[in-house]
Amino acid sequence: MNPYSLLAFLQVQASNLPERKIANMFRPLASPGESEKQVALLTFAITGAIFVVVGGLIVYTIARFRSRPGDDLRQEPPQVYGSNQIEVAWTIIPILIVFVLIGVTARVVAGVQNASPPKTTTHVTVIGHQWWWEVQYPDYGITTANEVHIPFSLDGAQATYFMLQSMDVAHSFWVPQLSGKTDVIPNRDNYLWMNPKAAGYYYGNCAEYCGTQHANMQIRLVAEPPEDFKKWTLNQQTKANEASEAAQDKAVFLSLSCVNCHMVGGTTAIGKFGPDLTHLMSRREIGGGVIENNRKNLRAWVNDPQGIKPGCLMPSLKLTDRELDQVVAYLETLK
Amino acid sequence: MATIDYPLDRPRAVEKEFSFSETLYKWVATVDHKRLGLMYIVSSIIFFVIAGLEATVIRTQLIFPNLHVVDPDTYNRLFTMHGTTMVFLVGMPFIAGFANYLVPLMIGARDMAFPRLNAFGFWIFLFGGLLLYFSYIGGGGLGGSGSAPDVGWFAYAPLTERAFSRGHATDYWILGILVSGIGSIASAINVIVTTISMRCPGMTLTKMPMFVWTMLVDSWLIVIALPPLTAAQIMLLLDRYLGANFFNTQKGGSAVLWQHFFWIFGHPEVYILIFLAFACLNEVVPVFSRKPIFGRQAMVGALVAIGFISLGVWAHHMFSVGMTSWSNTFFAASTVLVGVPTGIKIFNWTATMYGGKLRMTVPMLFCCAFLLQFLCAGLTGIMLGMAPFDWQLTDSYFVVAHFHYTLAGGLVFGIFAGLYYWYPKVTGRMFNEKWGKWHFWLFVIGFNLTFLPQHMAGFLGMPRRIYTYPAGRGWELWNFLSSCGVPFQLAAILFFAVNFVYSARKGEPAGDDPWDAWTLEWATTSPPPEYNFEKLPVVRSSRPLWDLKHPQDPDWKYNQ
Repeated sequence: MNPYSLLAFLQVQASNLPERKIANMFRPLASPGESEKQVALLTFAITGAIFVVVGGLIVYTIARFRSRPGDDLRQEPPQVYGSNQIEVAWTIIPILIVFVLIGVTARVVAGVQNASPPKTTTHVTVIGHQWWWEVQYPDYGITTANEVHIPFSLDGAQATYFMLQSMDVAHSFWVPQLSGKTDVIPNRDNYLWMNPKAAGYYYGNCAEYCGTQHANMQIRLVAEPPEDFKKWTLNQQTKANEASEAAQDKAVFLSLSCVNCHMVGGTTAIGKFGPDLTHLMSRREIGGGVIENNRKNLRAWVNDPQGIKPGCLMPSLKLTDRELDQVVAYLETLK
Repeated sequence: MATIDYPLDRPRAVEKEFSFSETLYKWVATVDHKRLGLMYIVSSIIFFVIAGLEATVIRTQLIFPNLHVVDPDTYNRLFTMHGTTMVFLVGMPFIAGFANYLVPLMIGARDMAFPRLNAFGFWIFLFGGLLLYFSYIGGGGLGGSGSAPDVGWFAYAPLTERAFSRGHATDYWILGILVSGIGSIASAINVIVTTISMRCPGMTLTKMPMFVWTMLVDSWLIVIALPPLTAAQIMLLLDRYLGANFFNTQKGGSAVLWQHFFWIFGHPEVYILIFLAFACLNEVVPVFSRKPIFGRQAMVGALVAIGFISLGVWAHHMFSVGMTSWSNTFFAASTVLVGVPTGIKIFNWTATMYGGKLRMTVPMLFCCAFLLQFLCAGLTGIMLGMAPFDWQLTDSYFVVAHFHYTLAGGLVFGIFAGLYYWYPKVTGRMFNEKWGKWHFWLFVIGFNLTFLPQHMAGFLGMPRRIYTYPAGRGWELWNFLSSCGVPFQLAAILFFAVNFVYSARKGEPAGDDPWDAWTLEWATTSPPPEYNFEKLPVVRSSRPLWDLKHPQDPDWKYNQ
């Protein structure tokens, strides 16, 4: 199959995925999120009941025993010092409730944390950087950034196991509709799994304060049918596009300091500090989710990343207009 | 109610005019527990206003999506300074201030056990606070521009290491907190020694006022919990300047270690803070319900239990760092368990009010709001304690809402109850009741409007500490509502400040015992003379003034 038609097909697929921008943790679409929701609902029921009973009692007490105008203020109410029976009652009942809560917690914690990977599992390594995500697929030899593609199936049989690592400071990986968060900590391998039961373009965020641009360290997770995922991996495994019409632009790109930080597969650009650009145009957004990936934005970004994402680690290179046009033209071929 | 002569007629302080420099000297050189207490409280209020204004900028930035009132670095500094200030320069000195002013008066003593240590504690705290704020000028280091720390109030490693935090901002954070922590420890040791050794004749521990009990347990917690923070901060300094690499992950240090050290301090810390509110409620609720505190022994027991359990819950801040399922379950269990003694306290306050004759004065209104808001905070705390739910909630806006319900809806409301309650004692004048009620209602509306919607933003996946957010994620409405609460709170604080400043000079004279209360501080003049009591009182129950006012029906006949 011609890689270009494949790409066109993929892009159509990707745009057909439902946007899941509202990351409501009470609309989970994967098993961990579902069991967390179950715990949440049970906790709501119990704490809600406590709120109604105790809150009602407090409000009733205030309303009923409020002194009113005309009350004889010299007349003191009966002096009651306490009651051991009552103290015992309101100690024992909460303890019983607490035992229920602890039991549920223990069961779900063990269920989520100690789940063992099924045979058909995708492994993804996510590496947090200030302020973007590196995404590696050790089984496919793919490295990409910010947009995590994983397969889904309606019955939840497609599980993805994430190994979470950090290059610099502590981050946290959080896609609320799929799973709770797991911190991404330097010098430590953390694990997280999820099995999306619906396709979608899921929104998430870094959830641990990690410095200046913590706000724009966003996560996009693309859960797609296994066959589409397979096609995506095939495309990602290819080297960068070598279209001859872009040769001059490519030469300009490779002559600039972009290559010190960025990788473009199959070229001399082998930097590892910034996101891998080999298939830049297959991603919807740039700058860790700060702007949409289109020609105008891409040009603005390359021209002045500090104006768009102040404090980010990409410098403004002060390129001339012509250089800018050529770099952007080259980047646009990286599909 | 006729004034009572107790324990004997009090000489009034001689009115003498002092020159400005004399007055200044008297305050700066004082070792009097009341003056020191007052200075603690006034500095806390000033820091409270500063931190409140920082929060105002934060909420202004978040009122609409993609708003850039301040740049990201400034925003990050603001929330760091807001949190650090509120915890270390507002909460902690308020504790020291209330304890200093009231403990000797309540236990019938003439001063604290160590008056000079007391003065040292205050000045070192103030120095620490100023050092932290000096970072705005000196944080960039020599030749660099100033900048405040931007690492968050819990300053997670390795963001604080030199590789990620250049300049001296983080050093100011470390040293400012470390130094003011020495003041907190000095004050806590002082309170413990004073309570144990300087109670007036007849005041056994079982007859000690509940306020003093709470402060005693609180001081123990401070003495136990603060040193780990100090130690961790010294380790961090060693990392930054001597290459110790405790937390320097670039060289094999552990980021999780810092989190353990910080929260071993940090979780008891929030109980340390909320105990001040408990202490105020323990006095205010009975007096305005006109009943003794319900289940005194259970209240003391619950206090000690909270203190004890709170030392074993710290890692519930770390459910998402990838601990084993056993650790997660243990810390979830200890966390929900702490709800039991906390519940006992709420039940007992309610039972104290039940059957009473509630006088809805301003301090009592703050107590009532405290009960309901703290109930919410406790219940959201249980949600956060359920580890699987916490994986979703932690570090989201839900957490921001939760701890503001605890520390603003709880602690700050409790502090206001205390401030209004003891204001007549401290100044000798009554505050304006009407303005006080304006303060209360505006603050209740503003507080709930600000923080209730943040729960929803958290449910919708909004992480905390983001300087801006995009449109379309469902967060706009909740942030807008939240920011709308701010003007109400600002107006409330304006009423409070004007009321307190104005009434201190122009208020109605309060008399010695305006609330018809029962503990010893109301048995001396308002304001109390330097020596507190000319003759040390003798007590027979926990409500000595009740005994005196009701000779036919004294407490000691029934109780203790």
